[in-house]
Amino acid sequence: MDNTKRYERLLERYRNGDLDRRSFLGLIGAAGVAYGVQTPFARMAFAQDVTQVRFDGWGGVVSEAFRRHAFDPYTAATGINVVDGTFAGGDEYLAQVRSSREGEYNIAHLSGVFDYARYVNFGLDVELNLDNIPNMELVMDALTNAFRSITPDHLSAVPYNYGTTGLAYNRKFISDEEIREKGASILIDPAYEGKIGGWSDWRTRLWYAALQTGQSPNDIQDMEAAWDAIRAHRDLALKYWGSGAELMSLLAEEEIYVTEGWSGRIAALQEQGHDIGYYDAPNSFGWQECLFVIKGSPIEACEELLNFMLAPETSIAVAEGQNYPPALDGTKVDLGDKIPTLPAFDPTGTLEALTFADPVYWNGNEAEWSETFARVQRGF
Amino acid sequence: MSVEAREKRQPWILLSPALGAVALLLLIPLVFIVVYSFWLRSAVGPDTVGFHLDNWQRALTDPFYRYILLNTLKIAAITTFFCALLGYPAAYFITRSSGNKLILLLLLMLPFWISYIIRTMSWINILGSSGALNTALMSMGVISSPIQMLYNEATVILGLVHFLLPFMVLNIYVSLDGIDTNLEDAATSLGATRWQAFLQVTLPLSLPGLAAGGLLCFVLGAGTYITPLILGGPRDAMFANLVFEAIITQLNWPMGSALSLLLLIVLGALVAVYNRFLGMSQLTKGLG
Repeated sequence: MDNTKRYERLLERYRNGDLDRRSFLGLIGAAGVAYGVQTPFARMAFAQDVTQVRFDGWGGVVSEAFRRHAFDPYTAATGINVVDGTFAGGDEYLAQVRSSREGEYNIAHLSGVFDYARYVNFGLDVELNLDNIPNMELVMDALTNAFRSITPDHLSAVPYNYGTTGLAYNRKFISDEEIREKGASILIDPAYEGKIGGWSDWRTRLWYAALQTGQSPNDIQDMEAAWDAIRAHRDLALKYWGSGAELMSLLAEEEIYVTEGWSGRIAALQEQGHDIGYYDAPNSFGWQECLFVIKGSPIEACEELLNFMLAPETSIAVAEGQNYPPALDGTKVDLGDKIPTLPAFDPTGTLEALTFADPVYWNGNEAEWSETFARVQRGF
Repeated sequence: MSVEAREKRQPWILLSPALGAVALLLLIPLVFIVVYSFWLRSAVGPDTVGFHLDNWQRALTDPFYRYILLNTLKIAAITTFFCALLGYPAAYFITRSSGNKLILLLLLMLPFWISYIIRTMSWINILGSSGALNTALMSMGVISSPIQMLYNEATVILGLVHFLLPFMVLNIYVSLDGIDTNLEDAATSLGATRWQAFLQVTLPLSLPGLAAGGLLCFVLGAGTYITPLILGGPRDAMFANLVFEAIITQLNWPMGSALSLLLLIVLGALVAVYNRFLGMSQLTKGLG
């Protein structure tokens, strides 16, 4: 979206001599009539465009951290209000964006490179002007390159943080030694029947099924074995959780003893004093999150917000609040004391220790696997 | 224009805002859904536009969808049965109470002031491992460790009964309230016991209300997806959950549209059968 006003462009052309006085006044008059006719709609459009930017994220401690450390200071500095919404999952949010009118949703805190690819496939991407986001220089190349492999000529998002979906367990019932010994297979251990949980997300279920059957999550050869592992987990599990809040509640209330969980949420539980352990088994599910600018948004205002959010003081404060390491390169920026202690933190800036989902592989199989999972979950 | 012609037009003029709203908010979106159901989902990117019967063929022939649909109808039927079982005595009590009828009706409506999701989630605090019931039983020494009561089909039915019971009570109450109490007195004066008078006079006369409440509970119960999501285990799902997953998780809007229309047709057929034998007037009485 071009943020310069039509009047300013016409005035510049008139001053440059590209437009005669009669045409200039005629066009201004026509614009005035058009504006008068569509005033009510224009008011709504301008309210969305100039004075506010909508941001949607995961809610909970993450949203609180954004509000306190990024949005309020940004509004104080620029006068642009940030309206923040939350979603429980990326799939649900994409469905909302697809059914909305252009410009209704502006920036989303998306998870995974495959989400970036999906938005691009649906034509929801924009071309960011990175000159307006100088803080991008501080971001780890490994994270940016993942997006560039999908859109080589432009970026529609900036990387913001990363984390893992590892094993979370109640230390009162499961020891650190046991979790290291059993790894992902603890989720299909009959000894914990009725005390096992799991995310209802089909990708995570399949990823862990791959680990449980000794396969590479980015190249599953024996699909039937993987589905059988999901069936085994389904029969032993008490509950598939659907949100971070539900995950935290199930663990804190001791409804379940073990599940896979989001590293930041488990760190938050630990901060609250719960004796919950966290372990990234080999090939644990690594992911990165980005701030994606959606087609139809006021790009310049969004770029300004992204740059503000990537500033080290903001980025680090948000990361400390949400317990996920920031996308900033630890070799270029001093990340303080807390971040190096967070689960999944990579001090090298290369992220070679983490295993990320291959977006081409996972998105290519999404249609078939997501549907099969729905059947397997219900006993088929 | 003649007076007769004007009188003929008047109801339509008065109805036009409501008809306009129904057309705009119900019929037009429904047409969109019908059109969508004939499209096809592509692996990535936008859906394939056209007239394809694939989604309908799968929805009607796939045993998976048939199983979930039958399970949904089963859960809705059990829920309706329990609502009737619990709702009838409550409605009877409210009808026969003299001074505090209004307070009792207000109490019946009270749960509607709280979000349905919050009401459903309240069962987690009651039945959870560290919930009120387990804590009470353990403190009384009845059990030594928490009983696993949550996240199964029984708790889904419990949540639905909790949600739908007021609808049943209100419908039966409306029906009972319209019955002349002298009829029961007349029956007893002719030698019937109070129980016989109830069974042979009051109950038959209140059946339309019971049926209307049953229909409402069944249709609302069969169309819910929140309750199994919150109180169900990994396997527990109702048909609306499949619609939700097709549209939200799988981004398969065409299949989701076909499934939602299938549910609409099944429940619509049920309403049509009800209308054929009992008429819709009792239902609107209960709602009013």
